[in-house]
Amino acid sequence: MTIKVCVGSSCHLKGSYDVIEAFKEVLRKYDVEDIVELQASFCLGHCSRGVTVRCEDGAPVAQDDRVEICDDCFIIHDVNAQNVEELFANEIYPKLNLN
Amino acid sequence: MEQKLFDTNVQWIKYKVLKEVIRRAYEGGLENAYLEIPKIISPGPKSELNCCIYKERAIVQERIHMAMGGDKDNPNPVQVMETACDECPAAGMMVTPACRGCLMHACKDVCPRNAITIVNHRCVIDKSKCIECGKCSQACPYSAIIAQKRPCMQSCKVKAISINDQDKAVIDNSKCISCGACVYKCPFGAISDRSLVLDIIKLLQESENNTRYRVYAVIAPAIVSQCRFGRITQVVTAIKKLGFHQVVEAALGADITLYNEAREFREKGEGAVMTTSCCPAFVSFVEKNFPEFKDAISSSVSPMVTTAKLIKHSDPTARVVFIGPCAAKKGEYTLAKTGGMIDSVMSFEELQAFVDARGIDTTQQEDTILDNASYYGRIFAKSGGIAQGVAYVAGKMGFDGVKPIAMNGIDQCRMQLTLLRAKKATANFFEGMACDGGCIGGPLCITHSPRNVVDVDKYGNEAKEKDIDGSVRLYEMTMQDKK
Repeated sequence: MTIKVCVGSSCHLKGSYDVIEAFKEVLRKYDVEDIVELQASFCLGHCSRGVTVRCEDGAPVAQDDRVEICDDCFIIHDVNAQNVEELFANEIYPKLNLN
Repeated sequence: MEQKLFDTNVQWIKYKVLKEVIRRAYEGGLENAYLEIPKIISPGPKSELNCCIYKERAIVQERIHMAMGGDKDNPNPVQVMETACDECPAAGMMVTPACRGCLMHACKDVCPRNAITIVNHRCVIDKSKCIECGKCSQACPYSAIIAQKRPCMQSCKVKAISINDQDKAVIDNSKCISCGACVYKCPFGAISDRSLVLDIIKLLQESENNTRYRVYAVIAPAIVSQCRFGRITQVVTAIKKLGFHQVVEAALGADITLYNEAREFREKGEGAVMTTSCCPAFVSFVEKNFPEFKDAISSSVSPMVTTAKLIKHSDPTARVVFIGPCAAKKGEYTLAKTGGMIDSVMSFEELQAFVDARGIDTTQQEDTILDNASYYGRIFAKSGGIAQGVAYVAGKMGFDGVKPIAMNGIDQCRMQLTLLRAKKATANFFEGMACDGGCIGGPLCITHSPRNVVDVDKYGNEAKEKDIDGSVRLYEMTMQDKK
């Protein structure tokens, strides 16, 4: 799976870099660095609900009103350094199809 | 809108032509541009400028030609409009009737070449001896001696402009560095940069509202000094309304350039000498005039290209248009070393015409925040910005061997590089900018006010990131190859 953290102007001001650092930490903790690729992306177009994170190639099952399902991905809004682990554990980790 | 938008009337006319061409590209009538626009710009019946209305309109046609791309066979984006060139006198030092044949004849005393004699109570200059130093002109108490020089030739610091047998200005492309100084300085507006705005409109239209591919605008940091009407955040909204998907600061690429240049300098080791590479006119100046220092030019691509690389890495089908104050960028983007990262280039003048032609009132726009880059990336727009940044970054890397100097304008570049050639330079890191003051003095700036530098500093201080770490982290993360 690829996780793209928005670093557009708006998200940048809301703390994209902190979110990226928090994601790195969480990916290490859950030992999924090999199967999850963390990337930065220019504006994902959801400025009012940043920081926005786009998860590609995941199975789309919404659990939370912060999650928006698209055709081939899902987007998580309102991400911050504090809720990264919670969101990852609930929304992303179950969709990694780990055996 | 008032003419006072621009510094000069030449810019104002160029703007009016551009605006009309852009309007027609959207609303139709471009096929009749050469017939109809001259009558709109110069309604007549009497000519305000030239010998007759027909010549005035013929010149407008040349301006339309430049607005629609100019001579596409000419690789130089800076081109002479032959009809517009007014064949200014270039007789050199000339004695006017104001000469009173005084007793003092300070002119004669001050002349270093003994070119002046007093004949029949009048000063006479021997043209074969005169070196046009201008000392006599300064010394004369009656200001009776004038220098008849062509403003274009005087503005050209690399002596690329000469006069042909028709008395028209011609640009020698083998010498020209496309800095655009002559574009801003020609009082008849007879030298212009080619506009790529029709290509840009096509790029935007064919994107079908950014659905087929997305078009990004990369804006030069000097833009903050140009927002006389509306805030920068409103200008960003206006740019998006033109049909761009996103607006990204070139200053982001500048942050990365700083980091790369500091690292490159350190790797070069003891006794290294390096110049910056972000100003394409300066790079061209070094290549053409100091070829022995070609290898000293930083191997970093310009911030414009770095920013585009980042965009295209995260969005592979993206198209990127650079918006800046620079004529040379219109040549740089076609060079092989930029790897096709930039799809087109638009000037601040053209942006103003574009926004106005689309009926977008910048002052009435909402604010779109813009924050990609750090303080240091943003002050790249002024002379001294890179020197300041690179010293800071090197210091952070724990490396103190860098002695930067800011070379402001081509004259200073030539002076410092001549010292370097003679092994008398005290610095080892040379920031070169072709325009006086840096990019905020760029030829395609709407205004060249002293206030520009204040605006750039203010904008730099408003960046969330005071340090370049965030930008560099982002770059490394984005550019790492996919597993």
